[in-house]
Amino acid sequence: MAGTALRRRLTWQVAKVSAVTVETASVRTLTLDVPDWPGHQAGQHLDIRLTAEDGYVAERSYSIASAPGEPVAITVERLDDGEVSPYLTDELRAGDDLELRGPIGGYFVWEPEDGGPLLLLAGGSGIVPLRSILRHRERTGSTVPVRLLYSSRTLDDVIYQAELDQPARGVEVIHTLTRQQPPGWAGYARRADAALLAEVAWPADAMPLAYACGPTSFVEAVSQALVQSGHPPERVKTERFGATGGT
Amino acid sequence: MTAMSPIARGFHRRRQEPAENAGRVPPGQYVTKDFPVLSAGPTPHTALDRWSFSIGRSGRQKTWNWAEFRALPSQDVTVDIHCVTKWTKFDTAWQGVSVDTLLDLAGHDGPFAMAHCDGGYTTNLPVADLTGGKAWVAYAYDGQPLAPEHGGPARLLVPHLYFWKSAKWVRSLELRDTNDPGFWENYGYHIYGDPWREQRYAGD
Repeated sequence: MAGTALRRRLTWQVAKVSAVTVETASVRTLTLDVPDWPGHQAGQHLDIRLTAEDGYVAERSYSIASAPGEPVAITVERLDDGEVSPYLTDELRAGDDLELRGPIGGYFVWEPEDGGPLLLLAGGSGIVPLRSILRHRERTGSTVPVRLLYSSRTLDDVIYQAELDQPARGVEVIHTLTRQQPPGWAGYARRADAALLAEVAWPADAMPLAYACGPTSFVEAVSQALVQSGHPPERVKTERFGATGGT
Repeated sequence: MTAMSPIARGFHRRRQEPAENAGRVPPGQYVTKDFPVLSAGPTPHTALDRWSFSIGRSGRQKTWNWAEFRALPSQDVTVDIHCVTKWTKFDTAWQGVSVDTLLDLAGHDGPFAMAHCDGGYTTNLPVADLTGGKAWVAYAYDGQPLAPEHGGPARLLVPHLYFWKSAKWVRSLELRDTNDPGFWENYGYHIYGDPWREQRYAGD
């Protein structure tokens, strides 16, 4: 895995926002025209730098939502007490400049030759890098079986809902809504834990490659449940964000 | 570099740091009161009766079991920590054994160290950054045993470098002649990682 080492210097550059897509009430996807993008792997992230008129600078990391070969896109959830995310979701418009550098990270990534079956576990906006993996799988013609367990608070909080309602062949999408369910909801309505994973996850003897991304509590719960049910820790990749991890 | 940065119109500083904190926030960082958790895999849970800590050259290391390690002289330190994912946390309170103490007992033997951890994580550091009262193997945080998700039973604490160098679940410091990249360093993170020079990624 260390063979994917990234040695190129990461320089800041100015991208242009080419489109803003409303995903949910608080989530936007920003599609970016990056003049000098070296390409990325599914699952990597990039850094954003905002400079205020008074010279104040803030930096944050965001997962890349698009597949390699697609225009670079990030999906941002507005955190009301945040500093950067409200600007990205509420102020930024198509045509605006946005300073960034990347791609960053090389562990929480998937390539078709990594195989599967793929067990994708998303909590909230933790879906973003997993969506990149899903699109990469489809674009490369990979046929590895995929199960995605996606935990959201309510149906209105589901990001990429239309896309996930039409999954590619070989992809199963399983939702759980932890806070509120619409009338007649037939899906899961509880937090992801060992019991839920026992129902929906590939068993350990299927040797799935698992990717878990979301809030710390979600990632701790699902990754511990997998390890305790016999999945080798080295087949469980995690990416956590704390309460303030993406403001 | 910032001279070329576009102005983000409508973007403003939301949180004003108190004046007494001026100079405590490295470039590109923001202050958090939480303690976010970041690690690449599941949290390992090593039983204390199977835990040990070793330091020295490969093949001739000094090793302590948990009881022996806890019997070593420890220090209480309160330090600011800086994560490469941009958060800075002030005044974190730790208890642990100074790496100076460990090296005094084992013998200084090599200019570089590779930290090895449960779960397979590694990170590289110059020994000069582990000595002189700058680094600890910490087993308590805020007066409590260090929680597994924060690196317990014990983690490296090297607060003057980005926090990925403060390896969680550390089990050994292997002394070497060469500054070989560890886990994140192999994935493009900076070989040294000084937050005050914003050395986040290779080439910074």
